[in-house]
Amino acid sequence: MEVDKKDERESESSEQVVNPWEVSAKDGGKIDYDKLIDKFGCQRLDESLIDRVQRLTSRQPHVFLRRGVFFAHRDFNEILDAYEKGDKFYLYTGRGPSSEALHLGHLIPFMFTKYLQEAFKVPLVIQLTDDEKCMWKNLSVEESQRLARENAKDIIACGFDVTKTFIFSDFDYVGGAFYKNMVKVSKCVTLNKAMGIFGFSGEDHIGKLSFPPVQAVPSFPSSFPHLFPGKDNLRCLIPCAIDQDPYFRMTRDVAPRLGYSKPALIESSFFPALQGENGKMSASDPNSAIYVTDTAKDIKNKINRYAFSGGQDSVEKHRELGANLEVDIPVKYLSFFLEDDSELEHIKKEYGEGRMLTGEVKKRLTEVLTEMVERHRRSRAAVTDEMVDAFMAVRPLPSMFE
Amino acid sequence: MGFSKDQLLNRLQELEIDYTKYEHPPVLTVEAQAKYVSSSEGALSKNLFFKDKKHRYYIVSAMVDTKVDMKVLSQRLGLGKGGIRMAPEEALTQLLQVSLECVTPFAVVNESARDVSLLLDQNFKNQKRCIFHPLSNEVSVSLNTSGLDKFLKSIERDPVYVDLEANPAVGKDQPPDLAVYVPSNSVVIPEISNETSTKQTPPPKSVSAEVKPVASAKPSKPATKGKSVVVEKSTPLAFKNPEKFVEEIMDKTSALLLSEAKVENVEALAETLRKRLTSELTHLAIMYKNTAYTEGFHAGKHSQPKRL
Repeated sequence: MEVDKKDERESESSEQVVNPWEVSAKDGGKIDYDKLIDKFGCQRLDESLIDRVQRLTSRQPHVFLRRGVFFAHRDFNEILDAYEKGDKFYLYTGRGPSSEALHLGHLIPFMFTKYLQEAFKVPLVIQLTDDEKCMWKNLSVEESQRLARENAKDIIACGFDVTKTFIFSDFDYVGGAFYKNMVKVSKCVTLNKAMGIFGFSGEDHIGKLSFPPVQAVPSFPSSFPHLFPGKDNLRCLIPCAIDQDPYFRMTRDVAPRLGYSKPALIESSFFPALQGENGKMSASDPNSAIYVTDTAKDIKNKINRYAFSGGQDSVEKHRELGANLEVDIPVKYLSFFLEDDSELEHIKKEYGEGRMLTGEVKKRLTEVLTEMVERHRRSRAAVTDEMVDAFMAVRPLPSMFE
Repeated sequence: MGFSKDQLLNRLQELEIDYTKYEHPPVLTVEAQAKYVSSSEGALSKNLFFKDKKHRYYIVSAMVDTKVDMKVLSQRLGLGKGGIRMAPEEALTQLLQVSLECVTPFAVVNESARDVSLLLDQNFKNQKRCIFHPLSNEVSVSLNTSGLDKFLKSIERDPVYVDLEANPAVGKDQPPDLAVYVPSNSVVIPEISNETSTKQTPPPKSVSAEVKPVASAKPSKPATKGKSVVVEKSTPLAFKNPEKFVEEIMDKTSALLLSEAKVENVEALAETLRKRLTSELTHLAIMYKNTAYTEGFHAGKHSQPKRL
């Protein structure tokens, strides 16, 4: 059920804040996802949907689905209904290229999207919002474009299929059919509405005000005439982090008025900082996250020194009480990245009941992350500027549904 | 010993880089240099040599009136607020093999400086010519940034131009924008005794505590952090060459097979192999496909129309 939540920006100093530019929990605690789902009006992704995905794709659902990382959705069941009948869809995700240093949290939506592309055999568009970062982070146009290309390399390294993927940067692509849709969307959103949804004020420059349509229109197939000619009814599924929901609430509100289908969403929770859920993943503190450029030594050090442990202070106490799995970061990270369900269960049981020590858990995590980062680095090294050009070329994708 | 000024100038000539040479008495400061080389010849540069707390070194070469704020730079590199300081003289002589007064981008030509990160002022690009010392403080050369770039590329360095005066906020969602230029290897400069006793053996040549990862049989790549050293042509062969591709698959499979050999049941073994290898090999295959497509794309872009 779609509920139009106006005015999220009422004073929420004692409430949690979740929007595209700020995420903070109430009183420095944890994000209450149930409350968030309630407030935003999206649905929980339940077991039955996950089972359905398994049946439709004939493969094990992605670890992020199994562990509840991607936990909320809008209309995902409708996408699956249509898919079952033979009606395909396309994927749309994106990144705001604000920096060159990508950490594991940044890769999560891309890892999941790659799985969706492979499992459902559908095409994907990836938007690099260089214009947004130019405006919000006050970068120069050239710098934001450069960062967009650099980030594109890391994105490509996640393993997207070039015959089914179109990557574009706003500065390059906005225009033509895309821009026509932007204007159509803009006409449907009043200034007051935009201020209500996004919290803009009279002090904000007009660039910011006019940005939301840019992020909205990739949800409409007619924005990409070189990809989906004549397929105006093709549905769109958007994997993203839940803080992006406001953009797409606006889009879903506008779509029927333009005669377009509403995009569906599948949303993830936030990736915790090394120092814990209450800690902030701060870019000025390179030790709050694992970066894709970290060496094996860096990873080992960071995990050992900075990963917040739920273990007890002394070995005796730990064997007696077990670890606090709620706050333990190594276990949390393993739940994101350790593929083997039974191994994770075993670790949680042994650690939670005090038989396994923090050191062991951290060691396993270090192995898992090092392998991941190493694999990413190898793939990244293979991504040339020419490959980026190929992914970003405005070209047809004839085998996009194969 | 390190490159000499003459060797450097010869190299520039070999590379057909256009430069102009000015000889003058030794100069210790930019002001002194300005007396002999007028601004009409090009933009003078100030060259700073920094080190961070983890023994990593940086040359920052900037226009004289570009403000270089070490605190901001340190933050942008992801080193916190007080993370960098001027490097000690020993580091200069050992790593850059030049004297105190002639830090210059050209110093990276020395093997000893391979782990030193070089950051160039973006403003250089707007100048017709820029002036640097070619490893000697008795000479200055002026050349265009494209000449400098050509030189850097010839020694397998990617020229890195940075807006040195920018002060972007560094915080959550805004990671340090220059962090990628932090060298991946730190360098240990052995302590040399302060008294210059003539009979002492000369200090050991610059040592790298951590040697760059040795190229193993597997085509693995060093971290892209030391960006200045990786060159375009380095696509791992496994993604380009069918034989290497198959070799990589066979290597991974037999490694896993050998490590799981203790499993008696052959079916279980096959199942394990399938489970553990599928995602990794698929990933390998996708990179292979993407590489092939890119090569085709390149060919398409450059193909000539049929001759009639």
